[in-house]
Amino acid sequence: MGLKNYVANLKKNFEKGAKYEKWMPVFESFETFLFVLGETAPKKGAHIRDAIDLKRTMSVVIIALLPALIFGMWNLGYQHYLAQGMSDASFWNEFNHGLWKTIPLIIVAYAAGLGTEFLFVYIKQKEIEEGFLVSGLLIPMIVPVDVPLWMVAVSSILAVVFGKEVFGGTGMNVFNPALLTRAILFFAYPTKMSGTIVWTSDFDEIMANGKLADGITGATPLGDAAAAIGNLDAYHAKWSAFDAFMGWIPGSVGETSTLMILLGAIIIIATGIGNWKIILSVFLGGAAMGLLLNTFATETNVYMTLPWWEHLVLGGFAFGAVFMATDPVTATQTEKGKWFYGFLIGFIAILVRVLNPAYPEGMMLAILLMNAFAPLIDHYIVKAHISKRLSRVKVKQA
Amino acid sequence: MTKVIKLKKGLDIRLQGKPQPKLASAKLSSGYALKPSDFPGLTPKLSAKVDQDVKAGTELFSDKYNPEVKYTSPVSGKVVAVNRGERRRILEVVIESDGKNESLDFTKANPLQLSKEDITKNLLESGNWTFIRQRPYAIVANPQHSPKSIFVSTFDSAPLAPDYQFILQDKMDTFQTGINAISKLTSGKTYLGLDAKITNNIFDRTENAEKVYFDGPHPAGAVGVQIHHLDAVNKGEVVWYVNVQDVVNIGHLFLTGKVNFERTIAICGSEVKDPQYHKCIIGAGLKELLHEKTLGENNRIISGNVLSGSKVSADNYLGFYDSQLTVIPEGNEPELFGWATPGFGKFSMSRSFLSWLTPNKEYRLDSNLRGGHRPFVVTGQYEKVVPMDILPVHLLKAIIIEDIDLMEQLGIYEIAEEELALCEVVCTSKTPVQAIVRKGIELMIKEFN
Repeated sequence: MGLKNYVANLKKNFEKGAKYEKWMPVFESFETFLFVLGETAPKKGAHIRDAIDLKRTMSVVIIALLPALIFGMWNLGYQHYLAQGMSDASFWNEFNHGLWKTIPLIIVAYAAGLGTEFLFVYIKQKEIEEGFLVSGLLIPMIVPVDVPLWMVAVSSILAVVFGKEVFGGTGMNVFNPALLTRAILFFAYPTKMSGTIVWTSDFDEIMANGKLADGITGATPLGDAAAAIGNLDAYHAKWSAFDAFMGWIPGSVGETSTLMILLGAIIIIATGIGNWKIILSVFLGGAAMGLLLNTFATETNVYMTLPWWEHLVLGGFAFGAVFMATDPVTATQTEKGKWFYGFLIGFIAILVRVLNPAYPEGMMLAILLMNAFAPLIDHYIVKAHISKRLSRVKVKQA
Repeated sequence: MTKVIKLKKGLDIRLQGKPQPKLASAKLSSGYALKPSDFPGLTPKLSAKVDQDVKAGTELFSDKYNPEVKYTSPVSGKVVAVNRGERRRILEVVIESDGKNESLDFTKANPLQLSKEDITKNLLESGNWTFIRQRPYAIVANPQHSPKSIFVSTFDSAPLAPDYQFILQDKMDTFQTGINAISKLTSGKTYLGLDAKITNNIFDRTENAEKVYFDGPHPAGAVGVQIHHLDAVNKGEVVWYVNVQDVVNIGHLFLTGKVNFERTIAICGSEVKDPQYHKCIIGAGLKELLHEKTLGENNRIISGNVLSGSKVSADNYLGFYDSQLTVIPEGNEPELFGWATPGFGKFSMSRSFLSWLTPNKEYRLDSNLRGGHRPFVVTGQYEKVVPMDILPVHLLKAIIIEDIDLMEQLGIYEIAEEELALCEVVCTSKTPVQAIVRKGIELMIKEFN
């Protein structure tokens, strides 16, 4: 095992008293990526351990993200050529376009976020915690493709520092770091995060060159629905729920295809990594609010009449339900609480989406809001648990 | 009508080296030791001296704060050493056996005709009292308490656990006498937990105890789980429990007036040649027990099971309450990209390794931690393996922040290490669950004594 010896020799430079002593945690962080260390169980306790660790958990989530990511790359190219009226561009042309648009986003998000994490490894003198492995891929998937890279870098750094490290690092954060990144982008640079020109790659260039095809506005289905484009028939003439389910609509990089996201959901549920209760209850909550709005729809608000089930395949709803709401750190910790947490996310997301004209999409805000309320939900679940335990004593005395 | 309690949560881990139902005639060890560390919370007061001749039942040390609880020699012979550790803490009292195994004489009587006080006295004098432990805390029972009920679990569901149907098949009369004795110690019920999966259970005919059948994966056989479902411990309440083999030893005391610290153990695990049962005496030296029985060099010897036993060196001694010795490979070798392999041979409760395709595979697992220690991240894992109405993560967090009230409210009285051992096994963050549980128990003892 040449590599093992090489690493062991290298490690000597970082040991106590050696020249690079202070860089030991940084070294160890890299070492744990290469090896599962030879650390053994303590003298007393469980002597055998599940092979799973955080790296494995994160890897599974990344694998589950791949279908949506790869589809998203293709869709970027497809929308790009479609905007120019070239609906017959070849698959590889489309995919290539998306690939080279997405890779810089991924690299920048990882470099900025992981760079910050390593800075904190050095400051805290503690081995790296793997949280950002998933966040780094989530960030490029939930932003519009043409958002400037430096903005992604700045907001990733801000999210890691103020969303995570100030609370104590992975496992301690209140808000989902990837969503926080998006929220920072959204509120700091709104023109790059919403409207009609940001969703299709190189849209402004296409417009400037006068190549924009007829009937293309650049708006997402949600944008159109929020703008209440006359009536529902006009909306449906332009967008079908099937298109939205399959994902060939404009939107953030990885959010458009409900089908691919559900494929990812199957992966994380089947492996036992993602919590099905949260995913299911988000959809239930969304459906409930959709139904409620349908019931009380007025003629003045056409959006309210959009069939409840169509909401579930639009925008970032499915992506948020499967990959954002299920973040175990920022969700509720109790199993019962997960039902409330998920339901309220879906419920509030559709509420914001339909009734607040300032935000065409409510998923991000709904999840961040429920991130903040998750500890409160847990508090009441634990309270109820405690009083149930106490009632055990009273029943006996009676 | 038989009462069956079905448990869904839990996990059976299939390991190589299951003990075969045969009894080896192993050489009896010459060295024995009684280790205070086998009795959590005990402050021992030494009463034996080095070079003193002892018989089985001679007091070696007692509980400093409860001197009537005596810890007696399991064999006859001579005290050869009192080994001490840091701050002169007694680690073990070592006895060289004379091979005769003579016992002091104690009361021989039918326990059904004795009073509670007489039974207590006989147990205390002989040292057999230490077989009786209490919940909360999983410590030796205090004879001044009155337990609301007494529990005996007749099966062990842990990996590679000994099969008491085999070990005790010829000892059921003695077992019944033991049950008769301990059932007199409570004004409440004496419960017997039985494995619902066994037909023609040898414990089916036990009298003077309420038989309840448990059906489910490990930890269905853990006594704490059975207590939780039958007569859960609330604040201020105490229940007692006895290991099934020790009930037989108690029975022997009343039938013959002599102490018997016999223990049939399973010597098992993937690194054991011909895993099977061995008759020995509590505290037996491992050197002779394991002589020429292990494979390979780089092994971990565990007194007890792989979930909550103690790692011991080859020249150490069998733990007081342990019924198995498990030998597994020591996992101190790093593994290149271990977290990224497909993982056909890797054990995991999740399906994130392809080993889920072979659910019946018996694993040869080593003691590697399989990852670095991290803060709590993944949720819902512990809940899958704890068949009790408690919130494991919240309870552990309450212990970590040393919030006594919260620990009490969340059920610290109901758990000991073994009930939450599986949490430690399946934890993604490699949280030292059992060490936290013991810390919590120690905090509670300190707070209320």
